[in-house]
Amino acid sequence: MEPLSPFVAIAGGLLIGTAAALLLLLNGRIAGVSGMLATTTRIDSGGPPWRQAAAFIVGLPLGAVLIATFVRRPDLVIAASPVALVVAGLLVGFGTRLGNGCTSGHGVCGMARLSPRSILATLTFMATAALTVFVARHLVGI
Amino acid sequence: MRNDLAALFVGAIFGAGLVLSDMVNPARVQAFLDVAGRWDPTLMFVMGAALVPSALAYLVRRKLVRPVLASHFFVPENAAPDRRLLTGAALFGVGWGIAGFCPGPALAGLVLGAWQAWLFVAAMFAGMIAHRLLPTPANAVPTTQSAN
Repeated sequence: MEPLSPFVAIAGGLLIGTAAALLLLLNGRIAGVSGMLATTTRIDSGGPPWRQAAAFIVGLPLGAVLIATFVRRPDLVIAASPVALVVAGLLVGFGTRLGNGCTSGHGVCGMARLSPRSILATLTFMATAALTVFVARHLVGI
Repeated sequence: MRNDLAALFVGAIFGAGLVLSDMVNPARVQAFLDVAGRWDPTLMFVMGAALVPSALAYLVRRKLVRPVLASHFFVPENAAPDRRLLTGAALFGVGWGIAGFCPGPALAGLVLGAWQAWLFVAAMFAGMIAHRLLPTPANAVPTTQSAN
């Protein structure tokens, strides 16, 4: 995997943060992807009005395709086996509902407003994610 | 309607950022998490950069009576962390580490030709439904104003 220029990474990060900023200042809402997915699928009855959540959830892949088509085609490398993907998906779905958020809601929005819950949640999922990769790669050798 | 268009536009910017920064690439994310291997700092740059406009917006919010297109802000109160939050975050992290996908990048991966993203997202919905079926009270964090 080629290293990515830090400038490109920062530009991408600024776009993500700008999206979070605009959603707050325009609609007064937190840009949390897991929550909006749960609202859009009606798995969760809370959150933003359905059309707003669904619009965000439709917009996200649209923006992804635009950049992939006109700016930078990402080369997705996915090492996880189908079984691992299912286990991971179950954990991510269950965990983000139980913990009220994921990398976007806690990491980008919650940390930005210095929410103790979000800071603690972010430190926790970063730690367990790093530990999981360590165990899988260096102890088990997957 | 204006809220919906704003959300669509904002979602597109978010997705654009995920692809530009390569956060849609599970190998890139796992390389950041692999602190004992060939560490890739990309995610750190991305999150650090994302926090700048996001934090600025929360500072601007203090000066605003209401958002531009809504009657009030829907931001959770700073409640105390509890065990549910930490357990949920811990489980999420394990899943994130295994696959290298979190919800946003997985959603983007659906349209970037990665069949694995479809499998992951289907399992993710199953996990969300499993949580919904748990006999615990609703998990909503109280907001400063009730949602409309």
